[in-house]
Formats: sequence, structure tokens, C-alpha cells
Amino acid sequence: MAGKCHTAGTVGLVYGNDFGTDQAADQQAPAPDGQAFAALLADEGRVEPRDDMPEAYRKSLVRQIAQHAHSEIIGMQPEGNWISRAPSLRRKAILMAKVQDEAGHGLYLYAAAETLGVDRADLVDQLHTGRQKYSSIFNYPTLTWADVGAIGWLVDGAAITNQVPLCRCSYGPYARAMVRVCKEESFHQRQGFEILYTLSHGTPEQRAMAQDAVNRYWWPSLMMFGPPDDDSPNSSQSMAWGIKRFSNDELRQRFVDMTVPQSEALGLTLPDPDLRWNEERGHYDYGTIDFTELFEVIKGNGPCNAERMAHKRGAYDAGAWVREAADAYAEKQARRAATAESVA
Amino acid sequence: MDTPLFEYTLGLADDALISAQRMGWWISRAPELEEDVALANIGLDQLGQARSLLTYAAELEGEGRTEDGLAYLRDEREFRNVKLVERPMTDFGVAMARLLAFATYQLHLYRALSTSSDTTLAGIAAKAVKEVAYHVDHASHWVLRLGDGTDESHARMQAALDAEWPYLAELFTPIDPSLADRVADPAHLEDAVVAHVRRVVTEATLTMPEVSRALGGGRQGVHTEHLGYLLAEMQHLHRSHPGATW
Amino acid sequence: MTTKDWPLWEVFVRARRGLSHVHSGSLHAPDAEMALRNARDLYTRRGEGVSIWVVKASDIAASTPDERDPFFDPAADKIYRHPTFYEVPEGVEHL
Repeated sequence: MAGKCHTAGTVGLVYGNDFGTDQAADQQAPAPDGQAFAALLADEGRVEPRDDMPEAYRKSLVRQIAQHAHSEIIGMQPEGNWISRAPSLRRKAILMAKVQDEAGHGLYLYAAAETLGVDRADLVDQLHTGRQKYSSIFNYPTLTWADVGAIGWLVDGAAITNQVPLCRCSYGPYARAMVRVCKEESFHQRQGFEILYTLSHGTPEQRAMAQDAVNRYWWPSLMMFGPPDDDSPNSSQSMAWGIKRFSNDELRQRFVDMTVPQSEALGLTLPDPDLRWNEERGHYDYGTIDFTELFEVIKGNGPCNAERMAHKRGAYDAGAWVREAADAYAEKQARRAATAESVA
Repeated sequence: MDTPLFEYTLGLADDALISAQRMGWWISRAPELEEDVALANIGLDQLGQARSLLTYAAELEGEGRTEDGLAYLRDEREFRNVKLVERPMTDFGVAMARLLAFATYQLHLYRALSTSSDTTLAGIAAKAVKEVAYHVDHASHWVLRLGDGTDESHARMQAALDAEWPYLAELFTPIDPSLADRVADPAHLEDAVVAHVRRVVTEATLTMPEVSRALGGGRQGVHTEHLGYLLAEMQHLHRSHPGATW
Repeated sequence: MTTKDWPLWEVFVRARRGLSHVHSGSLHAPDAEMALRNARDLYTRRGEGVSIWVVKASDIAASTPDERDPFFDPAADKIYRHPTFYEVPEGVEHL
């Protein structure tokens, strides 16, 4: 789809790149000068599919949206892990609905990415071959039922903190997808909190299970916001483009401030001895994050990287015959319809 | 307690529960993302039916058990589901063959049950009819595409149908005579269900399998070896914390 | 290995009677029947719709972005199309 030269009314052109550098020279088309794009950004307007946009903006968005989508899909695994073992039917139903939502979020996001003139099959291929990544948090195992609660409370909480500003990002389809995602995500966080609340107010074994899960998920959740601002060279460009609205550290602080009171309501402690309210700053101080763990996990050395990819690729490969059959049937039906028409 | 009614209700409940348990496995393993969403939906519907039916069964029993008590604290010999639904998930063709058979049976059964003199069962059935109609639709669409798709899909779909077919008969096990005028008797449904399935199978260019019946027994708690493993996984956490709330 | 994906479909949902169909997003499906069903599962799980249209993305004709090819009438100079252009004397009703 990218690189086609369109004229108004030509069929098949909802998406694509009207201003790509590989355009054939077209004297009638005004050369894009980036003014419209700059004006849109200045006006807090929305860039829509096929609008003039810097190639780097397009590429950056494709990567970000795709990796966001991949995260939702891979995220189905650690939680899906506990569907068969959920300790009550109500919890089983809730968890199935939550993981189903995650598939849905992945689909909304792939749909948004495709508006930039890429094919979902290519994005999936990039995930499978490691050229595109997904959120590192999903490379951690869900060892106990309480982990499901911790993921809902902390990981989805961090995701929401990240995602709410994205509802106002400069690219229309991404912003709209995020609005839909955010509406559904708040149930996710509540169900996680509720799981942990029930555990922390339950038997001693349940309380211990909940505390253990929080101990293992706290620091990785903080790392979800990315490296410190000083180590994030791409952030300022992302902000200038209206994709990123707040810095990594700002969002991380927001998450900490929101979560500490919730931990108190849960009666669970966060595993950071340096965590304390700072009256002067009006925020919680927290301990130094050891980012080497994050970089190791991103590189592929996390606890579950190999399993997550094997599961994903395995499902994809196992389903190839099904996808091919559906295509073959569609083609047969099209031929039958054409034959029927010509005979009629 | 009206034991035949209790056992009847438990049979329907366990069918739905065990089927939902198997369906949940597909979430993150389906051939395409859209299918993850669809199968999750079907699993949720089935689980919902199971919960309503289990709750009613507990009420009929009158001993204060709950949906969870019945789901998590019974052993294999107390489960009343048919063997069809406890069989392992091996591939998507098998899943669709099984769903076509099971959901078509449920559709006819729930339709009949929705006019039952037992108002609770009638209410549960009336709601479920709409859900399982969609399940039949979904399974039919896939059986059609797999049967009339590629040579490979045709072969695999036929093999799946042949493997699941012997387990269909158990669904039509007659009920206790004392229930005759009060609830739907699956024994009366066999012709309609088989005819319905035959239409789909034929359109899919597949062959109806030879009539052969695996031995029944599920309704009396005599299951395949698969159920033990399924329950071990399903019940383990709940049983490890007796009396706990989740 | 990249396998070909199923075609892309755009989904339009009518939230309830009285409203028109609104574009909700897209999905991949092998044919129209599956696309409709997938759209129902994906976009109306929370009771958000009473009617769904699906259209293959490749069947949609779209206007080009304004900067490339002015398509929309620069209507700023045709203000007589708007009722506020007209003066109505005081006291005259139903106009």
C-alpha cells in the first residue's frame, strides 16, 4: 500500500502513504512542505491516515503501535496460564473475559498500525523474528494465583498510566484506539486489586501469597515506564511529535503516587525501604531502580522470553492449515459466484 | 431431594463446565487473533450456563453446597458429563467437530427445555438457546471452510469428525422415566440433531462417519482417563486452601 | 516466513436505533460472513451495537488528503449557504 500515487475517488485507498519519497514525480501534486503537519501539531489537532507526515514520524508510530499491540497479545500468556486453574468459577469467568479483552486490544492496535500503510502479517512476522519487541514485563512468570492479581493491579495500573495520555496523542487512529482500550482497561485493574484484596484479607497462606507476588512484580512494573529520562534519547522527538505527552520519569512518579495509597488499602507492603512521602515535593520518594535487569530482559535473557515466543510462534504455525483453508474456501466461493453470474 | 432431577441438572451443568474448561485452553492458541476472541466468547457462554445450572443443582440438593463446592470438590466418579466434552483438545479441526456436535445437541435440548414445567430450567434454557445458536453457527462456518478448503484441511476435518462421532450417541441417553413430562428427553432429539449435523457435513463435502457408538457411562460417573487430569488441574488450587474465599 | 494475511475489513457499528453507523475500526477475516461475526465479537461485546456493516478496505474509495489534492469545496466564500447569513426582522416567527 505504501508508495502509491492516488487521485481522489480511486478505489481501495483508505490507508497508505500519499507523500512517500518513492512517489513518481507528479507535477500536479503540490510538494509537501510539512507546514500542514506542523500546524496540526501546534493546534493539538489530529493527524489522520494519508495526511502529510514526516517519514520518521510514520516509522516511529508504526513501531510504537505495533509493539504496543504485540505486548497485549503476549500479555495474554502469563494470565491465560491461570484460566484452567482459577480457584472459583467467578474468577475463571472474569479472567477469561480479561484475557479476551487483551486479544481485542491487540486487534484494535494492529488496526491502528495498518492505517499507516503496513500489513498486520508483516508486523506479526517482525514479532516472531525478534525485530519488534513487546513490553518486558510479560517475560516474567506467573508462579501463583496472586500473580494474576499483581498483574491486574500493578501492570495494568502502569499500562493505564501510560495509556491515558496516549488518548490525546497526535495520530488519530492511535488516539481513538487508546480511548477504547482505556475504557476496558479500568475493569482489568479493578479485578486485579479485588483479587489481592480478597487474598490479603483471607487466610495466612493467601496473605503470604499476595505479598510474595507484589514483592516480585513491583520493581519490574516500575521498569515498564522505560529508562530514566536522562537515558531516553528518543523521548524529546516523540514529545515534539505529540506522541509522547509526559516523560518516563513523570509517568513513573504518577504511578507510584497512585499506587502507594492503594497498597495501604490492600494491607500489603511494597518492597522498597526507601519509599516515603516527601512533603516538600508533594510526591513519594522511591528507591533507585536497577535497570540492568530491564536491559537483560529486553535483550532476551528474561525468565520467560523463550517460552513466550515459542508459544506464540507455535500457535501461529499450528494454525496455518486453518488460515489457508479459509482462504481457499473464500477463493472457491468467489469463483463459484463468478461462474454463476456468467451463466445467469 | 428429587434425585433424578438433581442428576439431570448436574449432567447438563457438567457438560457445560467441562466443555468450557476445554474451550478456555484455546485463548492465546487459536489460529488467528479474531478466533481467540470468538472462542473465548463461546467458553464464557458455556461457563455461564454451567454456573446457572450448578447453582440450581445445589438448590435442588438442598445441602447448602454452592456452584464452587460442586465444581471443585467432587471427584471424577461424581461428575455427570458425557465423555465427548472431556476429550483432549488436539487441534482446531477436532475443536470444531466437537463443538458442532455438542452445540447442535445443546440447541435442540435447550429449545425443548425452554418449555419445561420447571421454571428455573426453562429460564436458563431460554437464555442459553440464543447463545448456543451462535455456537452452532460458528462451528458450522468452520466445518464448512475446513471441509471445503484445501486437501489438507479436508483430510484433517474428516479425521476429526470420524474421531469425535462415536461419542455423540451418549448425549441421547434416555432420562429417568420420572422426569418424562417435566424436562426435555435427549433420547427424542437424536434424529433432529443428526440431521442438522448431516446438513453441515454434506455441504462441507465431508462424509458422515459410520455409525459406531463408544460405550457410555458418563452420566453415571464412568469417564475416560482424561477427566482425572482435567479435574486435577482445575481443582488443585481451590482444594489446596480448604474453606478459603477467592 | 510471512504468510499472507486474510483481507482487511472496515467495521461500522450502529450503537442503537436512531443513530447512524459509525466507523469502529478494522479486522482481518477470510470472507464477509466471518468478518461480520468477528466484528460482533470484537466490537459489540459490551452491548455497543445493534447493527454492523463490514466492508473490505480495498472496496472503499477515499478522498485524498486536502494538502495533496484540494477535494473539498473551499466553502468559506459561499456563506449564503448558512442560515445565519440572512437577516430576519424582529418579531417574525418560524423562519
